[in-house]
Amino acid sequence: MEPADEHVVAALRAGDEETFRRLVREWHSSLLRVAQIFVPSRPVAEEVVQETWLRVLGALERFEGRSSLKTWVFRILVNTAKTRAQREGRTIPFSALQDPGRVPEPAVEPERFLPDDHDRFPGHWASPPRALPEERLLAAETRAEIAAAIDALPANQRAVIALRDVQGWDADEVCNALDLTEVNQRVLLHRARAKVRRALEKYLAPEAA
Amino acid sequence: MTDAEALSCQELVELVTDYLEDALGSVDLRRFEDHLGDCGKCQQYLAQLRQTIRVTGTLTADDLPPELEEALLAAFRV
Repeated sequence: MEPADEHVVAALRAGDEETFRRLVREWHSSLLRVAQIFVPSRPVAEEVVQETWLRVLGALERFEGRSSLKTWVFRILVNTAKTRAQREGRTIPFSALQDPGRVPEPAVEPERFLPDDHDRFPGHWASPPRALPEERLLAAETRAEIAAAIDALPANQRAVIALRDVQGWDADEVCNALDLTEVNQRVLLHRARAKVRRALEKYLAPEAA
Repeated sequence: MTDAEALSCQELVELVTDYLEDALGSVDLRRFEDHLGDCGKCQQYLAQLRQTIRVTGTLTADDLPPELEEALLAAFRV
């Protein structure tokens, strides 16, 4: 078992409420975002998170530490969410996590580039990005725009950007927790960041975008 | 383009995440950096993307609803 997990698991097994409270608070947002890949409704996703923790508590004695505690909990969440989705008659799109790159999705609108048959600069910027006003970057209104853009993403892209860029997980942690290949993790992150960048540019430099 | 190997801007924007994730192979990394070094527009694109990541990093996560926390703690105590 990973050394950091050893203390946590020992504390949980000993019934330490504060350790449990800290974990459920710290991981709640991430658990919710991942659950919503399979069950979009927030109330149902919250039920899935609750059921996940009950399963975790029930299985804690048997946790052997072959993966990190975090990975183990998120794997239980994904299984719980898939089961719930099936029970509700939702078909999980095959491509939800395993094949995100099947349909191409350009990072930037193609019309912002010169055409491929341009005689001198094919594929170069026709409408280039401009400097964004640094002083407005972290304003509450800008952050609200970004939060809305993330909410509007497909659930798999939303989950990956939330884990990586909001929660600060590293790529390996996301791959393990969601059972994603490195390539698929990057495809989802790339698409998510590209769309959020579009929203940021549209808000802060509307004349360019 | 003078070099058949050179990237266009439209190709570069699709490699930005691989670049930031240190996932480009040595050949693609060289093409990426060669283009970026000469192209202020793509430098601006990369700057916007870094700004995007920074703003995203300041967002707050969804809080655990108190009633759910209570329910979970009650289950933990059993």
